Amino acid sequence: MLSKRIIPCLDVKDGRTVKGVNFVDLRDAGDPVELAAQYAQQGADELVFLDITATHERRKTMIEMVKSVARQLNIPFTIGGGISEIADAEALLNAGADKISINSAAVRNPKLIEDLAKAFGVQFVVLAVDTKFVNGKNMVHLNGGRLITELETEDWIKQAENLGAGEILLTSMDHDGTKAGFDCGLLNRVNQMINIPIIASGGAGNMNHFTDVFQKANVDAALAASVFHYGEILIPDLKQELKRNHIPVRI
Amino acid sequence: MIGIVNYGAGNIFSLTAALERLNVKYGMVDTEADLEKYSHIIIPGVGHAGAAMEKLQATGLVQAIKALKKPVLGICVGMQLITEHSEEGDAALLDIVPVKTKKFDKSLNIKIPHMGWNAVQHENNSLFKSVDDNEQFYFVHSYFIEYNPIFNVASANYGLKFSAAVQKDNFYGVQFHPEKSGKAGEQILKNFSNLSL
Repeated sequence: MLSKRIIPCLDVKDGRTVKGVNFVDLRDAGDPVELAAQYAQQGADELVFLDITATHERRKTMIEMVKSVARQLNIPFTIGGGISEIADAEALLNAGADKISINSAAVRNPKLIEDLAKAFGVQFVVLAVDTKFVNGKNMVHLNGGRLITELETEDWIKQAENLGAGEILLTSMDHDGTKAGFDCGLLNRVNQMINIPIIASGGAGNMNHFTDVFQKANVDAALAASVFHYGEILIPDLKQELKRNHIPVRI
Repeated sequence: MIGIVNYGAGNIFSLTAALERLNVKYGMVDTEADLEKYSHIIIPGVGHAGAAMEKLQATGLVQAIKALKKPVLGICVGMQLITEHSEEGDAALLDIVPVKTKKFDKSLNIKIPHMGWNAVQHENNSLFKSVDDNEQFYFVHSYFIEYNPIFNVASANYGLKFSAAVQKDNFYGVQFHPEKSGKAGEQILKNFSNLSL
């Protein structure tokens, strides 16, 4: 049986991981390679790196980081942030990234999804969607939730699947940072509607939230950042807890 | 020393990185003469099987690969290439292992692609030496190799039972990505590099 995946997400700026990470035995908490290796050893099934670098050096820095990670890491990883053309994606693929995630570039130009899927295969293309509940509707947002679009979340995801997205990373901006649990209702509705894997994101605060999202929304994977980085949830404990709840995991 | 067939189907950075971590030496195979330089050959591959076959044909290496007597390992689409035919692009393949590559069927109530970690039941082939039964490996694929007990050395379940690894004579194939499958995957690469016929 296919295991449900646990995915820590790392924010990267100028080739360094940001947000406080407090593993006691890390020599350098800002080193993405060391942090990634640590997570792999703990049993993370996959990693996502989100690049938030704003400088024009970003592409070069990112490629170097991806290569360093790929040299050390023996599990798959996804790179997101600022990917807007085929050339960006190809450079990341050649540097060892397993998948790329695209967000605002796909909203601006949906054909990018199709072009990427044709060039590199659907398995390479993750569509990241930030959603927020506004006036009774789930609407796609950009810029970390600050900018609303005209797209309804469920319509956009369905369209992206048809265009060739291989996986959906759905972040609820209403739940993100609350530590009150994932948006199981929306995740379940979206999951019922598509035939590609979906990663739940936004709202993880304790281990029960992971159990809930797998049981109630039957998502394929759950992603979180701070609960892992601050050591509030340890991946081996989380996997044992999920296993106790009869959720298939890799231990 | 391992030779990696360099035919442009997918990136091989992660594969070479894994071999480096294992201290297994490798080089690239671009020409027929290169095939002679190495004791073991890996055919990597990601993407569309039909397109990969066209790329392999463009290298002019097809007949020489089929004639190899040393251990050969196809990975993912590289594994599919050693089969007879793929439904992906209705493509005739190398036909080294007489089994077919088929498309996962949505009506089995499964998501496609099959992406993630799945348990593998193996038959104690030397490729799986020191690997526990039901160990999990990382898969990413929309097409699978039909289960055939004659050539199957490991199977997995996703809507149906399919071959996660096959063998015929000196030709081996694995559907999962050993270079992305943690310690167990590295063990497979190590075992392959130690195979002697």
